[in-house]
Amino acid sequence: MGYHFNGQDIAHDEEGYLTDLSQWNADLALLIAKDENVAMTDEHWEVVNFLREYYDEYQIAPAIRVLTKALAKKMGPEKSSNKYLYELFPYGPAKQACKIAGLPKPTGCV
Amino acid sequence: MSDAKKFLYLNRKAPYGTIYALESLEVVLIGAAFEQQVSLAFVDDGVYQLMAGQNTKGSGFKNFSNTYKALGDYDVRNLYVEKESLDERGLSVDDLMPITHDTDDEEDLPSIMVVSRAEMAKVMSEQDVVLSF
Repeated sequence: MGYHFNGQDIAHDEEGYLTDLSQWNADLALLIAKDENVAMTDEHWEVVNFLREYYDEYQIAPAIRVLTKALAKKMGPEKSSNKYLYELFPYGPAKQACKIAGLPKPTGCV
Repeated sequence: MSDAKKFLYLNRKAPYGTIYALESLEVVLIGAAFEQQVSLAFVDDGVYQLMAGQNTKGSGFKNFSNTYKALGDYDVRNLYVEKESLDERGLSVDDLMPITHDTDDEEDLPSIMVVSRAEMAKVMSEQDVVLSF
């Protein structure tokens, strides 16, 4: 299983999460997003980049409750509500945004 | 929250070499995501899990020590470390990572509490569930 990207097969698991996190780049993110029917805007990138920074620091993809709280701290309440995040990522912000960010499925994800 | 059971995860093994420490941490994060009331205890070699400056480059293990610093985001605010276990290993609280949490009123409160063996026994007796790793 893999994403066809730049003439390469980038391996992913049965749910579409990258097997090797180091293979991620912004163009591959666009391809994964397309697979998820997500059209990436600046607002989408804010969340994806935030998740990547969180992973860099703590070595985990945060659960949704933690993501909203941490986002609120950094970006303010209007850019961190469940409603706002579900509008950006309709099939689950933590799951979809993590997939696009090239991270594993969030720990503690239902 | 009043219905939430009090869970204590008891960690007694060194962080690498066996899977216990990492598995414990993952279960903690999952339990906390379900809004259980979660505390951690570190005794025996388990105190090494909280050592500052861990480096796994030579061993090829994933260095998951920074994940303990995310516990505050999961509302895990109590990390009990047994003083006798530190003493027996020539360690003090200064050798451990700074781990903090926020409350509604205050930010960056320390999460690590060094307690005596007798105090640790009391902490354990106050729990609904104790899981040993």
